[in-house]
Formats: sequence, structure tokens, C-alpha cells
Amino acid sequence: MTELFPNLAIAYGEIFLALGAMVLLMVGVFKKDSVNMVSWLAVGFMVITLFLVLGNGGEQRFTFSNMFVADGFTQFMKILVLVASGLAVIMSREFFKLEGDNRFEFPVLLVLATIGMMVMVSANDLMSLYMGIELQSLALYVLAAFKRDSERSTEAGLKYFVLGALSSGILLYGCSLIYGFVGSTNFTSIATALYGGEASIGAIIGLVFVLSGLAFKISAVPFHMWTPDVYEGSQTPVTAFFAVAPKVAALALLARTLYVPFGELSSSWAQVVIFMSVASMLLGSFAAIMQTNIKRLMAYSSIGHVGFALLGLIAGTTDGLKGLMIYMAIYLVMNVGMFVCIMSMRRKEEGMVEDIGELSGLGQTHPMFAAFISIFMFSLAGVPPLAGFFAKWYVIIPIVTQGHFVLATIAVLASVVGAYYYIRIVKVMYFDDPVEGFVPQKSYAMKIIMTLSAILVLAFIIPQISRPVLDGAANAAQGLVQN
Amino acid sequence: MMLEIGIEHYLTVAAMLFTLGVFGIFLNRKNVIIILLSVELILLSVNINLVAFSSFMGDMVGQVFTMLILTVAAAEASIGLAILVVYFRNRGTIAVEDIHLMKG
Repeated sequence: MTELFPNLAIAYGEIFLALGAMVLLMVGVFKKDSVNMVSWLAVGFMVITLFLVLGNGGEQRFTFSNMFVADGFTQFMKILVLVASGLAVIMSREFFKLEGDNRFEFPVLLVLATIGMMVMVSANDLMSLYMGIELQSLALYVLAAFKRDSERSTEAGLKYFVLGALSSGILLYGCSLIYGFVGSTNFTSIATALYGGEASIGAIIGLVFVLSGLAFKISAVPFHMWTPDVYEGSQTPVTAFFAVAPKVAALALLARTLYVPFGELSSSWAQVVIFMSVASMLLGSFAAIMQTNIKRLMAYSSIGHVGFALLGLIAGTTDGLKGLMIYMAIYLVMNVGMFVCIMSMRRKEEGMVEDIGELSGLGQTHPMFAAFISIFMFSLAGVPPLAGFFAKWYVIIPIVTQGHFVLATIAVLASVVGAYYYIRIVKVMYFDDPVEGFVPQKSYAMKIIMTLSAILVLAFIIPQISRPVLDGAANAAQGLVQN
Repeated sequence: MMLEIGIEHYLTVAAMLFTLGVFGIFLNRKNVIIILLSVELILLSVNINLVAFSSFMGDMVGQVFTMLILTVAAAEASIGLAILVVYFRNRGTIAVEDIHLMKG
């Protein structure tokens, strides 16, 4: 049934944030030197949106002619997206203060991208899926090229734009085939149409196209080529944002697309997802070994982590989905912490540095800073008892119980190889000779974010800390599977 | 005798346009603007698909989708050109083979 007037209450979070973005633009244009005010207003709007999302409750509701859905799963993922974006605004403000770049457009673009991601998470129709992805991508293209007098940043923007536009085209072609061969663009109707019967070959080809388009957005192999270049070329706060929020949103969208409309075709898509997962884990581990630029290393690391997160989808069970969500939550904390550390890497004369060699001897010159980086590195490598270990644990156990032993073995081996390049950085910090002139930048906001994420990573083993995340993820997974 | 134009003809044209667009992106070594044109070609092939399906199924959703794609494609093209202009100011060239500052 389509309602005469849509129930807006379900989408209050998105509507509020969209109006907020307009307010920010007005403030930015009419008030002089308003960049600080715009940044903090953006953070404030995101916090209010967070409460609106929380106040929505966890039960499943549809609006806008069933194009938009809210349930426990969307709630969990939107919280992650909003936290990641809010932290990105704070981090970018600290960074640009040092760089002397005072353009207010940056937080506004972050807010617009966040609305796009929230729509992606809540999409229940191929049209809302496309609109969400485009709203997010168009803002991200501009962010990648934000330092417009830098050759590297504009090159990153250009590469990201070309490959992003291509992936949107592939995704859309898949959407059109699905529409034609199934007869609807709505996820619920597609699920009903495919139920029980044999799917036509056109619908399966369409699904593969859609999967490829989404694989671009989560940067899973073989659609990862843009990731290292864009991560290296963009400015560090942009990279920090790219590495977390868009991936969370795109993975949420992928999970819903595979489970709700195409749950019946799981035998068709499972092989594709298994291939993407294995290839991403292996490439993420091996290609990162040779890297000397820390942002490029984090790019390969994020490709590997996406491979692990996809394991949760392969299991096809509630536990697997729960694992995926726990993985993304922990990945968010580790990556935010690590990128704050990367942003703090500075030299007195040159400013921001990105070479891993700059970290050598940090254990002697700046022991606290080195300790923080080591915590995040060990956690990213998945060393127990840090949070990264539990993230991998909760995605690998469900695939073992489903009998995918080879897959689980590959995952563990890939994480061992990955541990080499993470721990190499720890070795550089503690066993190499110090370099002159390295001065980590110290600002209050950065220190607070760094300390908080380090505490969360260390304390995840304490049940009182991890319980809310585990329970929230379990409820959210239930919400997606029941429909 | 007139040839009856069925849905398969529309789908074939769309598939050809889509393939041309994808090859245009990967085979072209000269100019980034050709890449932008290829992206437009891909989006238009999708529109042909959607409108054909919509008309043959007697369902309006496909045409609504087409309208959305047309507007978004305009926004995408403008952002792409803007990035291209900024890039040209920095490098003084838009040849595809020169876009290789970062590698590995």
C-alpha cells in the first residue's frame, strides 16, 4: 500500500541533517571567518541527528512508498556513520587550523556525504539506493580534490571521480536489468517475486552488475585499484573519513541488498562474495608489505579489512551479520585512532609527513606517542587481547560453524601475513635510530580522541565495555534477517 | 514488410552503448574529456534500458528512475568538469597517460 502522505517521522534524522546542511551553507556565506562556528554547528547537528535516530526505536517501519526503511540494523549502522563523520569533522578542524586552510565548505560537504550515507543505509528500493550512493559520492569526489592547488590531491579527485562514475554506471545497468527481468525496483517486491521460483538469467546478470558496483564503493578486490592512489593523494582528514564512514555505509547497503531482495539467490551470489573476500584479504596482506607511505599502507590495510568483514556476509546466518557489525564498529575505533596518530606526524620545517621512516626511534624520543601507535597497530593486526582480535574472532567463528574450513584457514593465514607489516612499524619505532626534527603535533581534541580510542581498543576484553556493542549488533542482525 | 521493433532491439542498442562506454574509458589514452563522454554514454544506455522496460511492462517506475538518473548525471558531469579544470590548472595537461603521480 502506498500512503497518501509519507510518514516523515521515520526519516526525521535525514530531514533534520539536510536542513542543517542548508543552515550551515547560509552561515558560511553570510558570516565572515565562520569556519570554526560551521564546524561545531555541524558536529552539533550530527549529535542531534544521532538522538533522532536513537529515538526512532528498533522496530521495522517503511515510508516513502516503501522506498525507505528503518529498523534495528539501520539504527546500528547509522550510529556508526554519524560517529565516524562527527569525529572526522573535529579531526579536520584541528588539521586545517595547522594548515591555515579556513574554507567552511569542508564540514558542509562532510554533512552532505553523511546524509547520503544515511539514505544508503536505509534504502529499500533501487532508486533510493542510487540516490543515496550518488549524494555520498558527489560530495566525496569534491572532498578528494579539496586541496585544489595540489597536484596530488586533484589527481586523487580525478581518479576517484572517473572510477566512481564508472562504478555508478555499472551499478545502474544492473539495476535496469533487475527492473526489467524481475518487474520491480522495490526490495520487498523483488524478494516476493523471486521467492521459491527459478530466477531468470537476466536478473542474475543484473545482480552481478550491482554487486560489482557496490564492490567499487567498499573497495573490494578486483575493484580496489582507486583506493591506494586516492588515500595517498587526498589530505589526511579526507583519507581518515574515506577509510571509515563510506565503507560502513556501503557494507550496510551490500548486506541489505544481498539479504533482503536477493536472499533467495544466495547460492548465486555466495561464490562472488567468497572470491571478493579471499582476494581482498590476500591482496590487503601482501601488497601492503612493500609500502613506505603510511597512508598508502592504511589503504591496503582497509582493503584487507573489507575482505574480513565480507566473511560475515558469506556465513549467511544471524551470527555472521552480527560479526560484520561488530567488525565495522571495532574497525571504526581502530582506524579513527590510527588516523589521529597519522595526522599528528609532523616535522618542524616541512609540516605534515607521511613516510614510515619518519617514525623511527619514536620509542625513545616520544614514548607516549609511540605507545599509542603500537596499540593501534597491534589491534589492526588482530593480536589478542586487543579489540581487533575480537573483530576477527566474531566473523571467523560463524563461517567455521557453517563448514567453510578452507575459507577460515585462508583468513587466519592472511591475518598472519598482515601482522608482519603492522608490527614492522612497531619495530621501526622501537629499534631504529631516531630521526631529527620530528615533532608530533599536540592539540587537545586530537589527544582526547586518541586516548579514548586507545582505551576502547584496550578495554574491549572487559565484558561491561563490549556487552553493549555485542547486544546491539545481535539485535540489529535479528532486525535485518526477519524480513 | 515492416520490421517489428521489439524489446530485444532496444536492449541490444543499450548493451552496445554500454560496452562502447566501458571500452571508451579503458582504451582511450588521450584525453580525460573522452572519459567523461563515455560515462554519459553508459548512463544513457541505462536510460534506454529503463524506458524500454517501462514501456513494455506498462509500469511507470522505470521512467521515474530515468528522470532521477538524468538529473544526477547532470550534477555528476558538472562536478567532473570542475575537478578536471582544477587538475588542468595544476598540471597543464589532461592527457590520460600523464595521470600517474602516484603508483604502486
